[in-house]
Amino acid sequence: MTPEITMALAGNPNAGKTTLFNAITGSRQHVGNYPGVTVEKKEGYYERHGHRLKIVDLPGTYSLTAYSVEEVVARDYLITEKPRVVINIVDAANLERNLYLTAQFFEMDLPMVIALNMVDVAKDRGISIDEARLSALLGVPVVPIVARTGDGVDALMQAALERALAGQGRKNAAISYGEDIDAALLQMQEVITVGSFMTGAYPSRWLALKLLEGDQQIIDQGRAGSPQLAAQLAAMAEAVSAHLQQTLDTVPEAIIADHRYGFIKSIVRQGIVTHQFDENRLYTSDKIDKVLTHRFFGPMVMVAVLMGLYHFTFTYSERPIAWVGSFFNLLASVADRLLADGPLKSLLISGIIHGVGGVLGFVPLIMFMFFGLAFLEDSGYLARVAFMLDRVFRIFGLHGNSVMAYIVSGGIAGGCAVPGVMATRTLRSHRERMATLLTAPFMNCGAKLPVLAMLIGTFFAKYQAQFMLFTTLLAWATALLVAKFLRLTILKGESTPFVMELPPYRFPTLKGLLIHTWEKTWRYIQKAGTVILGVSILLWVMMSYPGLPNGERETFERQRQTIVADARAGAALAGDETLRSRLAAVDRREAEQALEHSFAGRIGKGLETITWLPGFDWRTNIALLGGFAAKEVIVSTMATAYSLGAIDAEASGSLSEALAADPHWTPLLSLGLIVFIMFYSPCVTTLSCIIKEAGSWRWGLFSVLFNTGFAFMLATLVYRLGNLIW
Amino acid sequence: MARIMLRTMKKDQAGTIVAVKVAGELGRRIREMGLVPGTRIVIQGRAPLYDPVALRVMGGTLTLRNNEADMIEVEVDD
Repeated sequence: MTPEITMALAGNPNAGKTTLFNAITGSRQHVGNYPGVTVEKKEGYYERHGHRLKIVDLPGTYSLTAYSVEEVVARDYLITEKPRVVINIVDAANLERNLYLTAQFFEMDLPMVIALNMVDVAKDRGISIDEARLSALLGVPVVPIVARTGDGVDALMQAALERALAGQGRKNAAISYGEDIDAALLQMQEVITVGSFMTGAYPSRWLALKLLEGDQQIIDQGRAGSPQLAAQLAAMAEAVSAHLQQTLDTVPEAIIADHRYGFIKSIVRQGIVTHQFDENRLYTSDKIDKVLTHRFFGPMVMVAVLMGLYHFTFTYSERPIAWVGSFFNLLASVADRLLADGPLKSLLISGIIHGVGGVLGFVPLIMFMFFGLAFLEDSGYLARVAFMLDRVFRIFGLHGNSVMAYIVSGGIAGGCAVPGVMATRTLRSHRERMATLLTAPFMNCGAKLPVLAMLIGTFFAKYQAQFMLFTTLLAWATALLVAKFLRLTILKGESTPFVMELPPYRFPTLKGLLIHTWEKTWRYIQKAGTVILGVSILLWVMMSYPGLPNGERETFERQRQTIVADARAGAALAGDETLRSRLAAVDRREAEQALEHSFAGRIGKGLETITWLPGFDWRTNIALLGGFAAKEVIVSTMATAYSLGAIDAEASGSLSEALAADPHWTPLLSLGLIVFIMFYSPCVTTLSCIIKEAGSWRWGLFSVLFNTGFAFMLATLVYRLGNLIW
Repeated sequence: MARIMLRTMKKDQAGTIVAVKVAGELGRRIREMGLVPGTRIVIQGRAPLYDPVALRVMGGTLTLRNNEADMIEVEVDD
């Protein structure tokens, strides 16, 4: 078997690149990360005629500037890894725009094959393309395909393999950018070649072009490597720039872009494309958009679609969630029977099985949500949502694309910040993305809802629905206002360009949807599994150790023995108590004491020095600490702290009663607690996602400190100010 | 055949781009999507809040914020 041949797959977003990648590599793909950046690296394998081909799916881009990390990653890969051939996927219905990227590949002198995709859609639109002629004029093979069905993919890979083996570049002439620039390019090329500028690793004409375009990455690298040459070249670029400004009132960047399109148009208009219908005829997509982005109906349909997403997610995931729950309960009872009582058993059951099980119980919900989202995104509808909401989100320094992150994180009726944070990938611009990422956890995720519901049910029983709605609106208002605040302070800067393509509506392939959904779900499971496992163990240790001193334990043991002895002696039992319930009561009191005595308890008590401000006592503090692992844990931890024993998060009735009976607990206090729970530190799983997406643990730390500090201030304000007023 | 800024164009109005008066990142983004001098465009509509604007260019649909459309000079058909 000959050594592996690497091929890169590149093209515009929405050109069907992912579909093609899936069609070629099937399940033999692997997702990783490019070193140092948060851009996904997708690789897969394919075999043909005894050759093993490694296919690298580069990020979809419209161009290769230095303005976005995806573009830089793509072009760095092409230059440093030097794949044997680049498979450039081009949308047949959108040929000219797609060829803009192709032109840039030509500038890099890469061996190429063009995959002319979606020829079926083009045909429906009455567009037919003469690919043989196109191939001759461009100087590279052009293979028509329909990635969605797999048509032509075989021929494509054959052409790609041949090209790779032959090692042929494009023989046609280089693109011309007009007299002035062409002359400057030649001059600069000489300086570059002679001086081995940037170690001769890059094609000289391409380097000269980038310098004329004002490409910051190349300029910086050049200056760092050979400052003298860089200065010389910069002077030459400046000279041409000034000349063009004077004579044509424009900049080199603009002329270069114009000429690329000039090159494309001159080729395409040589009878390559024939239109059967009027070019500006409304396509089906346009007709659909007349309704979907209509002034009136657009927003209505959007709300309906989002509600539909929720309905789909919550309804269909209900049973799988119950199954997962039963599975973990089964595991717990098996462990209960098999293991001897003692710390290991407690660790396994309370710590690990309940901790990890509680969070993994969410997986079906997450999976359905990812599926629904993938459907909305792949169909093209999400772009319409961004289009309609951009004006609103821009007020807060965000982008139309930010909306999905908020919705998924729990904007409407529960959700999860983990896929929400991951959804910020669609935001191309760093500042808007970070602002969205950091405020998405403010939404009421599915883990917070039971806690909020319990508190509201206890103290605001008459207005439950209104209060729940109020919390949702509060979450949105806070997220947006804090995002604005961040965009005015630490994430200050201009709005990044919105310029966005509205792709034609497409019916997503089931295969594609399943692959996307599984990829993301698996990542969630891995993350939740490992992180939650670690934190659950830690929490268990903190809540169990040090145990009660022997003296106290003996006191409880004596109490139990007394009860048993009394029962044997035939003493009457009070009311509806049974022997078991009396013993259980002693057990719970012991558990409460043990908790107060443990590390967690001590920390909880220690924190009282500041948490007296919003009125939280040590029990609440421990519960909130537990909430750092996973917000679901808050209710069960509080139940333990109120000596109610370990209970099901669903059956919080008795906790409700205990709180209502406690004189320390007022509606105002619970309101403060509600606010705190809504906004404090994200749970560890979300936190690790934030760290990954933001690319630095510093943002994670910021998230914990900022959110908690903010929540603390707000809770204190509510409690103290409220007390003054009422 | 008047020359106006794209922002002021109305729905279904067509024209040919004459100039793109901005450089830097925005300029690049606008140009790479095909909005260069000599290209035909047709306004398809606007979002419910009148911003962004959607237009047809090179067979596809592109959306731009109004303050981005401000930078593009178009020669409109009568």
